[in-house]
Amino acid sequence: MPSLLILVPLVGILVLNFLFKLVVRRAAFWFVLVLFATQAVITFLHAPFFYAGSADRLNPFFKVVFNVDGISFVALLCIEIVCLASLVVARYTLHDLNQRFNFTNLLLISSIGMNGMVLTSDIFSLYVFLEVAAVSSFIMIAFRRGKRSLEGAFKYIILSAVATVLMLAAIALFLLACSDTSFAAIRHGMGQSPHSNIILFAVGMFVSGLFIKAGLVPFHAWLPDAYSAAPDAVSVLLAGIVTKACGIYALIRLVVSVFGFSPGLNQVILLLGAVSVLAGALAALGQNDFKRMLSYSSISQIGYIALGLGSGTALGVAGAVFHFFNHAIFKSLLFVNSAAVAEEAHTTDMDKMGGLSSRMPVTGSTSVIGFLSAAGIPPLAGFWSKLVIIIALWKAGDIAYAVIAVLASILTLSYLLSMQRRVFFGRLRQGLEDAKEVGAGFALISVFLALIIIACGLLFPLVFNAIYASVKQILIQ
Amino acid sequence: MTNLNLMLLVLMVAAAVWAVMARSLLKAAIGLAIASIIITIFMFEFNSPLAAVFELSVCSGLITVIFLSTIGLTRPLSHKELLALSRDRGRRYGFMPLLVIACGAILAFVFLKMPLDLEVAKNTISVGAREVLWNFRHLDLFGQIMILLAGGFGAVLLFRETNTDEW
Amino acid sequence: MSGSIAEFFWVFTVFIAMLAFAGFYCILVTRNLIRALIGLEILNKAVTLLFIVVGYITGRQALVQALVITTIVIEVVIIVVAGGVIMSVYRNDESLDARNLRNLKG
Repeated sequence: MPSLLILVPLVGILVLNFLFKLVVRRAAFWFVLVLFATQAVITFLHAPFFYAGSADRLNPFFKVVFNVDGISFVALLCIEIVCLASLVVARYTLHDLNQRFNFTNLLLISSIGMNGMVLTSDIFSLYVFLEVAAVSSFIMIAFRRGKRSLEGAFKYIILSAVATVLMLAAIALFLLACSDTSFAAIRHGMGQSPHSNIILFAVGMFVSGLFIKAGLVPFHAWLPDAYSAAPDAVSVLLAGIVTKACGIYALIRLVVSVFGFSPGLNQVILLLGAVSVLAGALAALGQNDFKRMLSYSSISQIGYIALGLGSGTALGVAGAVFHFFNHAIFKSLLFVNSAAVAEEAHTTDMDKMGGLSSRMPVTGSTSVIGFLSAAGIPPLAGFWSKLVIIIALWKAGDIAYAVIAVLASILTLSYLLSMQRRVFFGRLRQGLEDAKEVGAGFALISVFLALIIIACGLLFPLVFNAIYASVKQILIQ
Repeated sequence: MTNLNLMLLVLMVAAAVWAVMARSLLKAAIGLAIASIIITIFMFEFNSPLAAVFELSVCSGLITVIFLSTIGLTRPLSHKELLALSRDRGRRYGFMPLLVIACGAILAFVFLKMPLDLEVAKNTISVGAREVLWNFRHLDLFGQIMILLAGGFGAVLLFRETNTDEW
Repeated sequence: MSGSIAEFFWVFTVFIAMLAFAGFYCILVTRNLIRALIGLEILNKAVTLLFIVVGYITGRQALVQALVITTIVIEVVIIVVAGGVIMSVYRNDESLDARNLRNLKG
């Protein structure tokens, strides 16, 4: 029953606030850990191969049909895994118990928002849950009230609200031309009058709003500030899933299921994807701050997903979905490692670091796996998804974009290698002798994420065929 | 297109421009409230009483109160800062009314050139607004509850008086 | 009849666009954080009016009222959170100048 995915966290919030707050706060962490593990299990039970849209027993209450198809399944899985990782990071980096408690509550609200956004089939509900996730992100960035966090949060608020206004205006115009706000009604309305100026304008506005939320260049201005200024646990969450679910997942879902591929839209997405890929990679090359470099790298990787989407073929969309999953895992892993490093070295300036791999072996080695996957080195998962995207672009005739993707892959390798070298390899720096592994939980979650990367890389044929089959099935309808 | 509607629209845009350009933030908040009231009048005129009451109480009321309290709780700029700011203020905001009117004129011109047909979808539901909200849009209600919860957390966490502890 | 409805809609759209332009301009040009919030509010007003006009033309006022109420609730929460951030910024360094928020360049 998909509605469990948005009700279980709500139950969690109520139990946390009415039970644990009064009794014992330390146990709250374990309770929420179990909660997210349960959610992951529920998500697995909804895998497209054994969930055929059967009866949702809570359906009469919600009066909507929650549809879980191949793309939603991948996104839901990402959400649960990244929330888990973020929770573990919070356990070790937020030392004040009150702050940890508040963060946990906000994490639960954010997961409700993202799950709802993935599950809904109505464009206005998409907007509502997107705002739920966005508002909880604002608060999570700002709640420790440091100067940089407030700055990042405010920029994010303003740009996100501008994107919201664009999307709302587009929804109003959709309401004018179609009979309802559900996906089916909009698809029907678009089919009936495909050349209507109003509908084209509305699609353009909505997609622009999504570009701002996704962080595609040139609408990315808020992203590096928000990622690097946020507390570490929040950066893991933001980079891993919030920006991706709010922006690029919504774009994939809408283009695939509602708007349909049209040459103009494809060209715009391809262009913005290519510009993001290059600009993000080039900007990441010159960064000295660990988290800021990772955030520019995120912009670049989201450009890859956009390139896969813009190719317009089932192979391209499947590659985009697979890269969505891979990016969630490896970027979360890299941010978890940066959180460990920041916790031990008390800085994120890479010029002040060096040789940490000797003191923090687990962090160093999982970071190697993360960076190899991000750079696209076989046989790790990142290589396969990038390869699929490049092949899809080649087959669709967009040769120039394929070449740009390959070039950017080289750039990605170079800046990530420089990061790895500066932070982990080399000689140990002066003040870092007493750095050690942060804790068992950190090591566990890093190893867990690294294992997922390795497994998806080795089991690539199995995993990718499943995604490709479901994407083909969705696109046929 | 009645004259009353046109006049209200012009007044609304004028109030918004005044809100943007006013030197004092209090006057800006009041300009915003006036624009909200005019929108409420439009809502009443277009048979949307429920939304009108909501807009009146929340936007012209609650939001104006929030703005006024935020403005009141933060100290106004010192005299030197004010002088420095007002020197280039004219350069920044001076052209705004003309720009807004120009924007309207260009758009009006464009719309006159375009064909005026409008394909409007047919209405299929004929119940009141309360029924729509309660019977058809449960998911939105759930989302509203969630966002109010998040807003509650935000208000508690961000308005507290304790010291900061971070870089 | 359809002609006058179309004319009605386009006239309203012109004014809504002017309102939206004022809001965008405000966010772009201002140096005061609170005024940026005011610009945001103006944008939201423009969209609310667009919804109401669309509801009136298509005769679907019930649905549009439900949507507008939800939008207003979300808008209030965003203003509260942004107001909280502004208050915290003010408590940190006693100034509301947006030029002070330039620490994160690079």
